Amino acid sequence: MSILVDKNTRLLVQGITGNEGLFHTQQMLAYGTKVVAGTRPGKGGEWVLEGKVPVFDTCKAAVETTGANVSIIFVSAAFAPDAIFEAADAKIPLIVCITEGVPVQDMMRVREYLDQQHVRLLGPNCPGLLTPAEAKVGIIPGEIAIPGDIGVVSRSGTLTYEVLYALKNKGLGASTCVGIGGDPINGTSFIDCLLMFEEDPHTEKIVLIGEIGGTDEEKAAQFIASKMTKPVVGFIAGQTAPPGKRMGHAGAIIEGGAGTAAEKVKSLELAGVKVAKHPEQIPDLLKDH
Amino acid sequence: MKLHEYQSKQIFAKFGIPIPKGRVAATATEARQIAEELGGHVVVKSQVLVGGRGKAGGIRLAKSAKEAEDVATQILGMEIKGLSVRKVLIDPAANIEQEIYLGITNDRASRRPVFMASAAGGVEIEEVARINPEKIIKIHIDPLLGLRDYQTRDIAIGIDLPKAYWKQFGEICRGLWRVYVECDATLVEINPLVILKEKSLLALDGKMLLDDNALFRHSDLAEMRDIDEEAPGETEARKYGLSFIKLDGNIGCMVNGAGLAMTTMDIVKLFGGEPANFLDIGGGAGADKVAAALRIILSDKNVRVILFNVFGGITRCDEVAKGILIALNEVKPKIPMVVRLVGTNAEEGRKLLASAKMITAITLADAAKKSVAEVKRSQEA
Repeated sequence: MSILVDKNTRLLVQGITGNEGLFHTQQMLAYGTKVVAGTRPGKGGEWVLEGKVPVFDTCKAAVETTGANVSIIFVSAAFAPDAIFEAADAKIPLIVCITEGVPVQDMMRVREYLDQQHVRLLGPNCPGLLTPAEAKVGIIPGEIAIPGDIGVVSRSGTLTYEVLYALKNKGLGASTCVGIGGDPINGTSFIDCLLMFEEDPHTEKIVLIGEIGGTDEEKAAQFIASKMTKPVVGFIAGQTAPPGKRMGHAGAIIEGGAGTAAEKVKSLELAGVKVAKHPEQIPDLLKDH
Repeated sequence: MKLHEYQSKQIFAKFGIPIPKGRVAATATEARQIAEELGGHVVVKSQVLVGGRGKAGGIRLAKSAKEAEDVATQILGMEIKGLSVRKVLIDPAANIEQEIYLGITNDRASRRPVFMASAAGGVEIEEVARINPEKIIKIHIDPLLGLRDYQTRDIAIGIDLPKAYWKQFGEICRGLWRVYVECDATLVEINPLVILKEKSLLALDGKMLLDDNALFRHSDLAEMRDIDEEAPGETEARKYGLSFIKLDGNIGCMVNGAGLAMTTMDIVKLFGGEPANFLDIGGGAGADKVAAALRIILSDKNVRVILFNVFGGITRCDEVAKGILIALNEVKPKIPMVVRLVGTNAEEGRKLLASAKMITAITLADAAKKSVAEVKRSQEA
């Protein structure tokens, strides 16, 4: 079982005709995800992937015709904020934005608006979600994870794959894996996901993968200490990152001495979280719990 | 991206913020000419992209054009925190009654812009923030509504600004807000904004940081980038859309994804090695990008081993493998290479690389250990 996406997910792909959109739609379909529609303004009425998925000009038309209930965005950074607004206005309750490089002020406006509309956004700059054997909404390679009872939440993309792969190699599976994205302003936080995993009857343990920058891991630690009954294992990337340098992710930067990996590890450990020294230790720490 | 003080102030002026009538000089002779035009009594300010210029001796007063020339001679070419001074700003000296701090930045925790102001502006503002944080007032701005007029009055009242200045202060706040929004800044700062003895306000200093992700819609600002102040490799990396940061070690790392790139550095260190760099080739990297990444890593003469760690998702391992082959053909490195490919099209990637003489690894820990072992071997040899 799972959080956020499952076999009832009816997915809309915004930007379905682009290279990445098309490639990953194919991958998601192959995994068994119900991709019911795509959008590309100007190409409404066409079909892609040998007639498997209809293309619409607007999200509204796609939702009305196909009953899509989750949207995934593959459009470029300049147009991604508008794509998010369009999906929200089409009353799609969960929007997943894969796009990297969205300007931060755009994201502040997007987040403010979505909060008012009570729409959940995952990302941007995220790998999406994977509920093994049920639905893949994003770009996480399906074959690296098996179904199980471990909830995974991460700020990173490929680092998450590393962890899923390490779990699988030790016979451990995931309930759902959620990539919340590496930008300073995103739609869904660690705490949102921890709460959903705590309430999901099929999640027994949780893996939290953080990195330098901001204070989300510290806030998550407080939440874990006060609200979580399920065990959490953590990992923080960026122990060797120099201060003041943006480590790829827009949000991964130690500013004014704050946001270091050491601080985050300390906060998590104080909250009773076992923190792995490298990703391949995570399965062992989970078994110890 | 950081802007110089003089660039920031030129932008401020376009948005109606009063700035001193100074100009930039690249030579001491120019500095003297500008000082003469300004009446002789000037301040000579080094233009480098680091803080603490004043304390480092990079900002000095001059009482005559001749003195300005002498001071400029000393400041031009001096090093401040590793950066050499190539330009000085010559501003007329101001009669200062009070120094105010004014700034706007993104507040991650509240997900909103925050306006900050303090009556205790000037060089010690960071000390003030640390010791007397209550002396800095903060007002969050709704990103959809923008700055409201009443908020500018709240800020003025918050820093005990005399009422006579409220009107001009409001205009400066609105101007600064427009700079922040219209330039997609992540920080705009006037420190100090001064009350002059002549009873008006003037932005004596200016600082701006821009959102790199928004430069696509600000080509005029993107052109202001001072590449002289970047580490070698970083300029080249940006051209190819790579994220690169040079470090001091000897194991060159090429990784897809920022989190995994950081983890790769961390694990190299954990197993006794020293990473030479952070390098994220990004999502969906093609052969040309990979080749550029390899050239950048190899341009660092400290590098003894290259560690490729690619976990395919949006990036396809076969594409990366093609890039590696093209680059190897071009640069022919003589140092050992450890490669690990997992995920989307990993099998195809491995097949492509079978002909190249590379050390293969399955897990990340294994890849790190093998890289560290190769460094030791090269040092013993």
